[in-house]
Amino acid sequence: MNDLQPADLKQYTRRCFYVFLGVVCGTLTMVAASFAPINNHGLKIALILAIAAVNATLVVTFLMHIVSEKRFVMLVISLTLFLFIALMALSAIAHFDLPRLMTH
Amino acid sequence: MEIPYAIKPRPDTGVYNAKLGMWLFLASEVMLFGGLFSAYILLRVGAADGAWSRGLLSVPLGTINTCILALSAVTTLLAWAACKVRQFGKFKFYHACTIVLAITFLCIKSYEYRDKFLHYQILKPDNTYVDGHIVSATYLDAAKQSHVEHGFRGTTYTQGTNQFTLASVTLKGFEAETLKEINDPEPGHHHEHKEISVPAAQIKKIGNYGPAHNTFTAIYFTLTGLHALHILGGVIVIAFLWGPGSKMWVTDPDRFTNRVEVSGLFWHFVDLIWIFLFPLLYLT
Repeated sequence: MNDLQPADLKQYTRRCFYVFLGVVCGTLTMVAASFAPINNHGLKIALILAIAAVNATLVVTFLMHIVSEKRFVMLVISLTLFLFIALMALSAIAHFDLPRLMTH
Repeated sequence: MEIPYAIKPRPDTGVYNAKLGMWLFLASEVMLFGGLFSAYILLRVGAADGAWSRGLLSVPLGTINTCILALSAVTTLLAWAACKVRQFGKFKFYHACTIVLAITFLCIKSYEYRDKFLHYQILKPDNTYVDGHIVSATYLDAAKQSHVEHGFRGTTYTQGTNQFTLASVTLKGFEAETLKEINDPEPGHHHEHKEISVPAAQIKKIGNYGPAHNTFTAIYFTLTGLHALHILGGVIVIAFLWGPGSKMWVTDPDRFTNRVEVSGLFWHFVDLIWIFLFPLLYLT
């Protein structure tokens, strides 16, 4: 995005608003999914979080320009992502590791 | 003395220093919020049946705030793009939009907080509940004269030399037999809200939906409060770049553009966090 020219601004603006519309659609889909008659609560949460992940991908890819980022920045992001996933996995493992009554 | 690599990229990293610094800062921020998300998961899966508040927050307000933040992410990006193509007027316009949208977000969040602080739950001696928004509280002074207050001021309070004792509390809400009825009602079930007056003798415990109410409100206020502080910090930086900081446009436009880009990265991160906070707290 470093080679943006004045003539490209209109097209760039249009692209940004498409991303915005995508995020809004994703948000409305999440809200609709939360009211959907899905009896399995775990499945519902997974579905909603999957839509949130799509929204996050839109923001990271198009608004934060991660696709055109340099290798060093990608390295920092990859390491952070790995540590974040490890932290979430540890939380899940920690829950199953505790006797049931201790968590209540 | 000139600061090196403030505009041009460093040959070894490929990016200018401020940008790399921001990415490293965002990495630490991911872990900060990661720790809190981890706490959320443990509190949520460890909550006893019916103890986790669901449907407590306003989904329409949360949805509006999500859209506002997404739009502000776009306007901050367009402000940077306007700088890139040397259109300072457009930069000013888009950054002003970002500031207005950020303030709107904070106003809606404050309204939601206020609503929670006015929302009370009363436990009665027979272990049933009255839940709803406060309408009024009646207090008696030493001469047994009653005084009606619009808010709850504790079981007793002193004003000047007068001491007032709670006589009754009126809520607009509903009565419930169990906590599960309040926190996790059956799908499709709607409580009929009406004005309920509870005498002081019938109040075993009373408290609002502040951070100390239960684990849900504790993690809700912690997560959204920290996020709101990030919004506040971000809007201060953006307002500086829009106002006094924009003088740099005249002397060093490239460096100014980089500052706008770096502040934009932070703003997108704040948007990213909200994208996950909204479904976790409002929808699931």
